[in-house]
Amino acid sequence: MDEIRAQFPVLDQQVNGKPLVYFDNAATNQKPQRVIDAISEYYQGYNANIHRGIHTLAEKATKAFEDTRSKLQQFINANESEEIIFTKGTTESINLVANTYGRAFIKEGDEIIISTMEHHSNIVPWQMLCEEKGAILKVIPVNDAGDIIFDEYVKLLSDRTKMVSIVYASNSLGTINPVKDIITEAHKFGAKVMLDGAQATAHLHIDVQELDCDFYALSAHKMYGPTGVGALYGKRDLLEAMPPYQGGGEMIKDVSFEKTTYNDIPYKFEAGTPNIGDVVAFGKAIDFINEIGKDEIESYEHELLFYATLRLKEIDGLQIVGNANEKVSVVSFIIDGIHPFDIGQMMDARGVAVRTGHHCTQPLMARYGIEGTVRASFAIYNTKDEIDIMVVGLSKIVKMMKVS
Amino acid sequence: MSMINDIQDEIIEEFALLDGDMEMCNFYLMELGQKLPEISEEMKTKDHIVKGCQSKVWLVPSLEGDRVKFGADSNTAITKGLVSLLVRVLSNQAPQDIIAADLYFVEKIGMNRFIGTQRSNGFGSMIKQMKLYALAYQSKLNQV
Repeated sequence: MDEIRAQFPVLDQQVNGKPLVYFDNAATNQKPQRVIDAISEYYQGYNANIHRGIHTLAEKATKAFEDTRSKLQQFINANESEEIIFTKGTTESINLVANTYGRAFIKEGDEIIISTMEHHSNIVPWQMLCEEKGAILKVIPVNDAGDIIFDEYVKLLSDRTKMVSIVYASNSLGTINPVKDIITEAHKFGAKVMLDGAQATAHLHIDVQELDCDFYALSAHKMYGPTGVGALYGKRDLLEAMPPYQGGGEMIKDVSFEKTTYNDIPYKFEAGTPNIGDVVAFGKAIDFINEIGKDEIESYEHELLFYATLRLKEIDGLQIVGNANEKVSVVSFIIDGIHPFDIGQMMDARGVAVRTGHHCTQPLMARYGIEGTVRASFAIYNTKDEIDIMVVGLSKIVKMMKVS
Repeated sequence: MSMINDIQDEIIEEFALLDGDMEMCNFYLMELGQKLPEISEEMKTKDHIVKGCQSKVWLVPSLEGDRVKFGADSNTAITKGLVSLLVRVLSNQAPQDIIAADLYFVEKIGMNRFIGTQRSNGFGSMIKQMKLYALAYQSKLNQV
């Protein structure tokens, strides 16, 4: 563990006079030295615009950029690297699909299914599309434990269903959805399935071919990589059938004022100069995850989750929000009589970074009749000692608040 | 009736005793918040919500004689403490004094250090709101 932690310079600091305990990994996790280095190496050594340059630097930059595409293809086991499109992140990936596939193939009266536990970024793009097209948004309910109610999902499916867009792992509850079954059921009706993989990709084995999902969105910054980079996976035939997202350079084959022909995938969807430096560094983040291995990550993070859940339950008046059977390393909770903001602020005074609020899932919070939660989310560099620090802090806060 | 600056100096002295310990500051703020006089539930309307705050903050002004009174509440304990400081400084003052007030205590007690930018924006909008109310009452008084 020390060896892993030592790779993350940001962790080695004091916050408010206390050693930093970083438990806001579901928002963004920290970056290992190699990722940080890769960014400056790129700008110091071979910054150049990619793909069309004939000179050495352009070649080098193009290779580094495309290497990340191949690494990501293998990482999520896409059939070919052309099925990987670089975006700004999960949000843009979902918007891309809503704006291209959605606009081209979803019509009035068609139905799109999402779930109650979606992040706003997997709600709003579909709402906008529905408004524009006169399509209908259907929502899978969740039960008290934080699982989707599968029977209700199946009931929502029909020939009118054109798209099911669902989160793989919930950022607020930690719930891992039964996406394989969700996809199988949707495909029976010919509906396409998009997975929001923002929270899942760094924690679980991802195999888009085995899942048979049609689209998969992810963010680099939740995978130990830089902010501002993400990807969309799409099946080749779908990507080819979809119209372009944005017009500009890179995405064209030939341009004249009469007619423009578009480039092949993935370039058709990558208009403009991409975020080359960060894509290159993203490749190093994938290396980092691969070196540790998903088996190791899953089992270690599960251990942390189990331990945190156990210890948090010791705290008087604490209630865990999200008790699904299958969870990633996210634990959300509320404490009787203490507002999440106050807890977050008091934990910060003790050097513990947790997130408080609605976590961009307001409909989900409404479902549970709460305004928000405190959320601790763990990454591979976190330890049980850190969980102890959080629990001791929370116990003290509860004691002080009860007295006053 | 204490002058605005006298009250500010009092607050600065109190916080100096806490020696910059954030946890102590938080607990002290919560204690102050609890002492803030309650406002009635029906006053907690949309109109009385201060925009720009992360937590919910209600601010209820009234004019008593030639003095502006502020009642306030928040759904979070630490914010309520912060709000109580502003009420303590600006409530029960003459409109022109509120408008002219230079609230140096905010920086002196290192408030930015322990409320973070997002909240200090909210704090700024609360101050602005209080001054706007004072301005409105001032013109009302002038008309009479």
